[in-house]
Amino acid sequence: MDEAPANGLHIAVLVKHVPDAQFDRHISGDDLTTVRSESILSELDEYALEAALQLVETHGGPASGHRITAITMGPAGAVAAVKKSLQIGADDGVHLTDEALGGSDASATSKALAALLRHVGPFDLILTGMASTDGETSLVPAQLAERLALPQVTFAASLDLTPGDDGWKLAARRDNDTFAETIEAPLPALVSVTDQINDPRYPNFKGIMAAKKKQIQVLSLTDIGLEPAEVGLEGSWTRVEAAAPRPPRTQGVLITDEGDAGIRLVDFLAGQKLL
Amino acid sequence: MTTVLVFLDHAGASLAKSERELLSLGATLGDVVVALAGEAEQAYLDGIGSYGVGEVYRPDSAEASDVLVAGKAVFLTEAVRASGAEILLLGNSYEMKEIAARVGVRLESGVITDVVALAGDLTATKADFAGSYSVDCRVTTGIAVLTIKPNSVEATEAGLPSPPREVRIPVEVPEAVARITGRTDKPVSGRPELAEARVIVAGGRGVDGNFGPLEDLADALGGAVGASRAATDAGWIEHSAQIGQTGKTVSPQLYISAGISGAIQQKAGMQTSKVIVAINKDADSPVFEIADFGIVGDLFTVLPQATEEIRKRGL
Ligand SMILES: Cc1cc2nc3c(=O)[nH]c(=O)nc-3n(C[C@H](O)[C@H](O)[C@H](O)COP(=O)(O)OP(=O)(O)OC[C@H]3O[C@@H](n4cnc5c(N)ncnc54)[C@H](O)[C@@H]3O)c2cc1C
Ligand SMILES: Nc1ncnc2c1ncn2[C@@H]1O[C@H](COP(=O)(O)O)[C@@H](O)[C@H]1O
Repeated sequence: MDEAPANGLHIAVLVKHVPDAQFDRHISGDDLTTVRSESILSELDEYALEAALQLVETHGGPASGHRITAITMGPAGAVAAVKKSLQIGADDGVHLTDEALGGSDASATSKALAALLRHVGPFDLILTGMASTDGETSLVPAQLAERLALPQVTFAASLDLTPGDDGWKLAARRDNDTFAETIEAPLPALVSVTDQINDPRYPNFKGIMAAKKKQIQVLSLTDIGLEPAEVGLEGSWTRVEAAAPRPPRTQGVLITDEGDAGIRLVDFLAGQKLL
Repeated sequence: MTTVLVFLDHAGASLAKSERELLSLGATLGDVVVALAGEAEQAYLDGIGSYGVGEVYRPDSAEASDVLVAGKAVFLTEAVRASGAEILLLGNSYEMKEIAARVGVRLESGVITDVVALAGDLTATKADFAGSYSVDCRVTTGIAVLTIKPNSVEATEAGLPSPPREVRIPVEVPEAVARITGRTDKPVSGRPELAEARVIVAGGRGVDGNFGPLEDLADALGGAVGASRAATDAGWIEHSAQIGQTGKTVSPQLYISAGISGAIQQKAGMQTSKVIVAINKDADSPVFEIADFGIVGDLFTVLPQATEEIRKRGL
């Protein structure tokens, strides 16, 4: 096992509370924001948390002074994402919550999260999911790297750290459409991970009991030095003007193969002018 | 007249279909100039010129492309400033969206991704919640930074090839960056790219390691081959073929799903397809709920029969 540098790593994992995709999801209200009932810890952020846990385990475990902080921004209920992270194994949590944050787009979200990370940091590593599962678009990690002037290592399909005399070095792999890249960066860095990187663990009974004693720090905008007008609908640089549910797809023809289904398929395609 | 900057990063021998779409869309909005990150062959530059583009902005050093995303974002920001563009159009790959994200912060400008339609007043339409909502949005601050999904606009015919004027942009790469240390090309299939394909034949766990019958049908239809995560995780096909929430989102004219159960994460990537055909052994598979034409049957008999029939009809 590698020797870790004297001070342990402080890792932030950004976890979002999102509407469960297993239920119908809605946009509503005058300001066309997402309805957040039936919400869960974003599935894709579990991979970021698991990556953090594995890094700590590889490099000497919690006894080496490493610490994982689960961080979320969202309404009161969003703290559930932090609580679940604590049950899975994060050491402590932070919840940024403020009325004024409602309706934040990616730019406002990344502004608030950047201020939050500066306030509760410094961190050696900031880990995020590849995208939030509620229709957001992978903009936040890149914008955080830009705002915090950190090396950006996004869509990592693998992630390793090596301790060295001049600090930790990070190595990652990233898959593009036509090629794969290997990437290196010094710490501190911002890393988003894909669902290819690991198999997230579930909370167990011990973890659930231990989580009850872990601390969650609740912060408001004032605490992190932001004005309400800098975030939320007012601070956003884009605006949703209309949102309409699409008519759900309906089932068409269903046939059972009786030896000629391939031919009937071609008939169907010809009928649809798809050949 | 409004200046529209189109960012291109392909730099092959000729313009890709999605790149021609971006240039065509740009021309409907104003005067088009191009920012080009990588090295490019003369024929590629001439191709850009054939869309009436007079100026191509390029970085003055290769370093912009050696670091992940940050370098290209700096370059593109400076190209926007140099050109005075009010609209910036990019492709819709992960890297393009990330470059857009950072340019947005640098220029204090709103970014809208996954745009499928753009009105003259710059109202952008996109799908949300895995295609279950259609959302109209607008950039309210700064220039409009928009990433456009392939197949959203019709590419117009190019004019005669002509070399655009090159403008070199000095690029100062930020200090704290991730460096790209190695690059391995993936094998090319010769089939259309998934995001651009008119027809996609996709296979899942039911394919059981043998994509042959799917490839044959895809070739008969001039289509691309896609897969569920179960099939890519099994290593039967490249990860880049994965369709769904954590893979590609596609909207072809025709999506043929074979041996895929239709989990919510798979549907997220394909349910905006025009016509969906599904072949599955299990009549209760959720994929049938969204299929225009469903076949309860064995893909290993149905697909080859269809391929043969298409060939027989000389289609
Ligand atoms: C965070 C996360 C992200 C994910 N992202 C994606 C994603 O992007 N894309 C994706 O696809 N999945 C994704 N998944 C996985 C998804 O949940 C499903 O597990 C996966 O789509 C199942 O793949 P499948 O349908 O091929 O396999 P299965 O569900 O095992 O279905 C195989 C089907 O093949 C049928 N079959 C078997 N043999 C035959 C035959 N000879 N002929 C016809 N039919 C046959 C069976 O009846 C069955 O319906 C994700 C999961 C998670 C947790
Ligand atoms: N409100 C939030 N709270 C915590 N993390 C977030 C929030 N929004 C985005 N993130 C992180 O950024 C990643 C990408 O989100 P997005 O850019 O919204 O697709 C997510 O997987 C999270 O790790």
